[in-house]
Amino acid sequence: MTEQEQPAVRCRELAYSFHRGRGKGPVVRAVDGVDLEVRPGEVFGLLGPNGAGKTTTIRVITTLLPTVRGMVEVFGHDCVAERTEVRRLLGYVPQALSADAGLTGRENVALFARVFDVPRAERAARVAQALAAVDLTEAADRMAGTYSGGMVRRLELAQALVSAPRLLVLDEPTIGLDPIARAGVWERVEAVRRATGMTVLVTTHYMDEADRHCDRIALMDRGRIRALGTPEELKARVRAEDPARQAPTLDDVFRHFSGRALTDDAKEGEFSDVRRTRRTASRVG
Amino acid sequence: MSAAPAALPAESAEHPDPGPELGLLLVPPKARTGWRLVPARVGAMCAVELQKLRHDRTELYTRAVQPALWLLIFGETFTRLKAIPTGGTPYLDYLAPGIIAQSAMFTAIFYGIMIIWERDSGVLTKLLVTPTPRAALVTGKAFAAGVKAVVQAAVVVVLAAVLGVGMTANPLRLLGVAVAVVLGSAFFSCLSMTIAGIVLTRDRLMGIGQAITMPLFFGSNALYPVDLMPGWLQAVSRANPLSYQVDALRGLLIGTPSHLALDFGVLALATGLGIAAASGLLGRLAR
Repeated sequence: MTEQEQPAVRCRELAYSFHRGRGKGPVVRAVDGVDLEVRPGEVFGLLGPNGAGKTTTIRVITTLLPTVRGMVEVFGHDCVAERTEVRRLLGYVPQALSADAGLTGRENVALFARVFDVPRAERAARVAQALAAVDLTEAADRMAGTYSGGMVRRLELAQALVSAPRLLVLDEPTIGLDPIARAGVWERVEAVRRATGMTVLVTTHYMDEADRHCDRIALMDRGRIRALGTPEELKARVRAEDPARQAPTLDDVFRHFSGRALTDDAKEGEFSDVRRTRRTASRVG
Repeated sequence: MSAAPAALPAESAEHPDPGPELGLLLVPPKARTGWRLVPARVGAMCAVELQKLRHDRTELYTRAVQPALWLLIFGETFTRLKAIPTGGTPYLDYLAPGIIAQSAMFTAIFYGIMIIWERDSGVLTKLLVTPTPRAALVTGKAFAAGVKAVVQAAVVVVLAAVLGVGMTANPLRLLGVAVAVVLGSAFFSCLSMTIAGIVLTRDRLMGIGQAITMPLFFGSNALYPVDLMPGWLQAVSRANPLSYQVDALRGLLIGTPSHLALDFGVLALATGLGIAAASGLLGRLAR
């Protein structure tokens, strides 16, 4: 199989455990046997409440965590043995706001052009195109610290796009944003995907976004994938299995497959996980 | 370049709006390999550090206050006391290189706090997902700290010149001074990043940084010759890279007898070890 035909992401029996509270607490199975395949060119959504294991899965795929058990590949490259190859294929936007407030938008993007070895002659043009792709041309020379939450997210998208990634990984890209800014971020993601054909792997706990923007979704809860398919397929399964719900929303779908509501996540998740989410939300908002 | 579409109706999938020109974003850049990778990453990190300094010079000015006070108050007073045998060199001249090294170290020793901040903010995480080996990232950060220290050292040199310290104007020697400052800062920032990789929190790093700066400073030849120290402190000084940095700076700037080959050798070795230790522990910060 050539690299072109490989699945964008393939996980086999992926598992990852860590000690709660920095090595002193009990062992938590954050990811507990995940199998999934992301097809090239699709928008794949990983859905679930805080603490479901979405971010840990993403961190293994992005080579940030050593794979402890199981196998993870990106376009056929092993995420442990071929880290550097995998990293060259990735554009990653972490959940925390990761643009440098002490630099201008253009400088933020230029840094990523440099660390992905964009030659000097091409750098300025490429950075300008990445900024234009997310509609930040006019604000490019302002300090990122003066940007609104939605603009920072779009800037981060430009940082990820400047290296022409094959797989764009977005961890909760719209958390804490108002509906207009959320739509703005998705609009840019979709436009860029149409233009470049890249694969998008996104985590979110907004069901309406997944429904609207994802080709296929995996519902994740307590470290495992509970269901996987297109939003329509999953709804059809609920309709078939639960005669009481003939017009299910994705929230209903989640409740059906995990046995609980997506929204009672307040008690779930690591302390640091929840803190990170809240910190990001407050900085964006 | 056409304006971005305001909204994307469902049918636009069949008739895609070309949108802004994205041609370059379709081609991945060619990977740099081999020996050129590390210098390229170091260059990128240093460029960012300089850009930040250009946008906000406050740090540069506030950081100049402490060395200025050392030179003005401590230096001027001890010059009058003539209590420290400096082999005929005026004490202020003797002190100036020590203060350059000290001010660079005080900045570098807290560099790990920035790494922890970058970890918390996601900046570090994102850099770790680029094709940048950990060692190249740490080397880049270390030399970025060095570049910052050189700008700071220049401020102290100007200040010392204003106070009448007789220093060299030989460009080759000044280049040597810059190299010594970069290496010293690179080592101390690696020490700080290593501690950051062990303790993982800002508060603990602050505490440890506070605890080790003074012993490193007083346990060196920055303020007085090593010969004056009790035997055990001389041993400490011999193991302290700051002493070698000060020795090199003093020899280059003031022209006192020094051991440049040994000094630069020790500084380079210490920096190498620091980079190895810090890059080994960097992954802990990403988890």
